[in-house]
Amino acid sequence: MSIPLTLLGLLEREASHGYDLKREYDALFGRGRPLPYGQVYSTLARLARDGKIIAGEAEPGSGPERRRYVITETGATEFEQWLTEAVPPEPHLQTTLFTKVVLALMLGRDAHAYLDTQRLAHLRRMRELTDLRRGGEIVDVLLADHGLFHLEADLRWIEATSGRLDQLAAKVRA
Amino acid sequence: MSALIEARDVTLAFGGTPALRGVSLAVDAGDIIAIMGPSGSGKSTLLHCLGGILVPDAGEVWLDGRRVDTLDEQRRSALRRDVFGFVFQFGQLVPELTAEENVALPLLLGGTRRAAALAESRSWFARLGLDGLQRRRSGELSGGQAQRVALARGLVARPRVLFADEPTGALDSLTGEQVMNLLVDAARAEGTTVILVTHEPRVAAYADRQVIVRDGRSSALTVERVGS
Repeated sequence: MSIPLTLLGLLEREASHGYDLKREYDALFGRGRPLPYGQVYSTLARLARDGKIIAGEAEPGSGPERRRYVITETGATEFEQWLTEAVPPEPHLQTTLFTKVVLALMLGRDAHAYLDTQRLAHLRRMRELTDLRRGGEIVDVLLADHGLFHLEADLRWIEATSGRLDQLAAKVRA
Repeated sequence: MSALIEARDVTLAFGGTPALRGVSLAVDAGDIIAIMGPSGSGKSTLLHCLGGILVPDAGEVWLDGRRVDTLDEQRRSALRRDVFGFVFQFGQLVPELTAEENVALPLLLGGTRRAAALAESRSWFARLGLDGLQRRRSGELSGGQAQRVALARGLVARPRVLFADEPTGALDSLTGEQVMNLLVDAARAEGTTVILVTHEPRVAAYADRQVIVRDGRSSALTVERVGS
């Protein structure tokens, strides 16, 4: 998740204070991982430095200093471009899984046992996400679905690989 | 705590082909467990042995401290009718009967009078979002509706154990999800133990515990629910 671009997106809708940006970010995207204030302000400072947003004057009032941030043309263009381009379809996890399986076979370790351990870790996570989506709000349901479908794809790969370990072993030990 | 239902070293072959090669599994009362595994792994055969549909060649099946694999067919039939409920992949409703008669069937077979059985049957329709469908026949129900009727039939006699064999296998994912939510909610409310067979991880994720069967053997690796 790109935090700078997400904040730009929120600012594209309307100019906002750091505090409100954080609150909105947490409500929609945080899901148990709220954005630390420090990170909000350092990200906003970088965006301002790069000319993607402009920080308004400090507003008087009690409590911490408040500034309103406004997106610039440069920021809006970058956000627009990011929004419409495909996310690189990188199967990171599978790559790591694959590397571990190949190395295990190459070194004469128990690749089946590793795949079983991975399978259980995936199933455990799927159960947590299923709990989250049962009775959850639509945002939780859709985010959990995204995770569930990805985990399920990995599990299919684990299943297929389990069934072909002998073939793979012959190849990597050749 | 001793298990409500348990398979001990169960072996079964069809002709010369081994389906189960010494499977052990213990399920506590009120638990929802998922038996997973690829096609042909023996997971449905294990469910049928636990549910008294098949008799193992060797090994034992226990229910609530009583050995049940040694019972004769008549007693196992009574067990299936009075203590167990079943839901299969395709609802397997009786086409000549209305939905409410289908749901009432286990009660009627158990000797409940027709009016009482139908009244009990009807109480499940609202609960499973089936209101208005009581008089429909299975041909007039969608796949998801038929499967919910089958679920009501599996639960109407308040079984101690509900066996569900690929209960969402014939449904699209949203409908399957709805059936699983209803199944889990109803089982929890009734305190019913559920033994679910599925090859779909998304369905298995509803269970408290998952057991993997491969080549007729249950994996020692099971996933326990953490923190509940």
